[in-house]
Amino acid sequence: MAQEMRVLLPADAEDLTSYQGYTNAGGYKALEKARSMDRLDLIEAVKNSNLRGRGGAGFNAGMKWRFSYSVDTDEKYVICNADEGEPGTYKDRILLETVPHRVLEGMAICAYAIGARQGYIYCRGEYPFVVEALNQAIKDAKDSGALGDFEVEVRMGAGAYVCGEESALIESIEGHRGEPRFKPPFPPVTGLWGKPSIVNNVETLAYIPLIVEKGSDWFKSIGAANYPGTKLLTLTGDVVERKIIEVPTDVTIRQVIYDFGGGIRGDKNFKAVQIGGTSGGFIPEELLDTAIDFDSMNAIGAVLGSGAVFVMDETRDIVDVVERIAKFFEHESCGKCIPCREGTKRMHEMMERINHGQGTGDDLSNLERLGLVMCKACLCGLGQAAPAPVLTTLNHFRDEYKAKLN
Amino acid sequence: MKSDYTEIIAAYKEKPGGIIEAYHALQRAYNYIPEEAVASAAQAFGMSKAEAWGVATFYSYFKVGERGRYIIRICESAPCHIAGADKVVAALEKHLGIKMGETTPDGKFTLEFTECVGQCQATPVITINCKPYEDVTPEGVGEILAKCQ
Repeated sequence: MAQEMRVLLPADAEDLTSYQGYTNAGGYKALEKARSMDRLDLIEAVKNSNLRGRGGAGFNAGMKWRFSYSVDTDEKYVICNADEGEPGTYKDRILLETVPHRVLEGMAICAYAIGARQGYIYCRGEYPFVVEALNQAIKDAKDSGALGDFEVEVRMGAGAYVCGEESALIESIEGHRGEPRFKPPFPPVTGLWGKPSIVNNVETLAYIPLIVEKGSDWFKSIGAANYPGTKLLTLTGDVVERKIIEVPTDVTIRQVIYDFGGGIRGDKNFKAVQIGGTSGGFIPEELLDTAIDFDSMNAIGAVLGSGAVFVMDETRDIVDVVERIAKFFEHESCGKCIPCREGTKRMHEMMERINHGQGTGDDLSNLERLGLVMCKACLCGLGQAAPAPVLTTLNHFRDEYKAKLN
Repeated sequence: MKSDYTEIIAAYKEKPGGIIEAYHALQRAYNYIPEEAVASAAQAFGMSKAEAWGVATFYSYFKVGERGRYIIRICESAPCHIAGADKVVAALEKHLGIKMGETTPDGKFTLEFTECVGQCQATPVITINCKPYEDVTPEGVGEILAKCQ
């Protein structure tokens, strides 16, 4: 049976919450080591580890850093994306609650590598208690001198899902509506206040001290070759154990649900699982032997995304769940681009009609056509991913739609 | 005693992009953003009134204009949805005699929908002034409300 791993999360008996606890366990040693290294060598080491962004986009972190490093300017920023808004996801909260200093250390290493002195943590407004704890952690790390001249400030979001998108997040730190920017230019070159800015997910940053300390080869030896390391997953819905797990990236979806999650509640049968948050695709039984790594998931038309694992048993009404999800996207669309603003609204309208027994066959084909347009034409990831739950369920669970048509 | 909103805003004036932090501070003091404070924030941060309104109304956690002392938010995202969030909504509405989005006449409670609050280990979830309550049942709603004194 597959085993859980403890790499990012502390071992059961370990308390790494406080500055003292973290340094007693060797914390902030990686920052010292990084600062003794040539900056390009450091970036190269992160790049060679093939650490890919854990927020959902899966971009090589070292490569991203290299873009900012190459820009010759005084002001650069490191931004920790702690705006986890994907429904069913709470891994960043757990990381910030249990290993806040590991995240701060990762930020400080990134700052040294690219040549930044200021960092921001953009924490979602739903976690005011995490903001408080982070402010304490920053104070302790500053007072002890561990961070050197690197400054960190926490900014709190205010309930906008779209701010998880890096350019919308930057707009929000600047005090604006959280509307995504047109790209290019990308944030590593032109970001916060027009300066090079690295926006990395909490989980990505937490890996940095470990990679610096143990080396790229150690990291590459864990999990899938094309997406190495472990991944935090949060199990929700009709799974026996609703909890957070840390697993190597080469485990399969079936192992996640049955070995780690204990299977389906109430001795019922499995119907579907949605992975990666509410923007992820729905996965049927026959695809459960797929590995969870980024590329394997993409290959079956799904995503690893934020690592949320939302399990549905045989009694669940797929069309009803997808209608709820369509309402989510209508609410969270920022309204800047028309394909998303109109598309999410019409998609919700059609889903509502179908779910209430008033849909027609035309609605199904229109949903598919609209979905394809949105995937291509929306400005940011929100609108591009919004149709995925609709399209994947039309593909795998079409009979459930047909059964509800007028 | 509530501090004057202009003082609250002034404390964030020098912070680049600080209007959102100022709005959070206003909400910590009032539980909402007083309407007059939006114009005051616009002036402090060198924005047009329209821009300051745009920011205040973009984010779901900000509310311009009065609401209750206890803001109860019910998560309706998919994991809470299938766990029976609608029954919790019905129980809350019945207990308080108001509909979602409304405030009780005594100004004590406001009911709002929210999307995921990141406590999905124990659904359905509600928050009261941002404090999460997990595994909420329709039967348990009365007890939770009784704690709000």
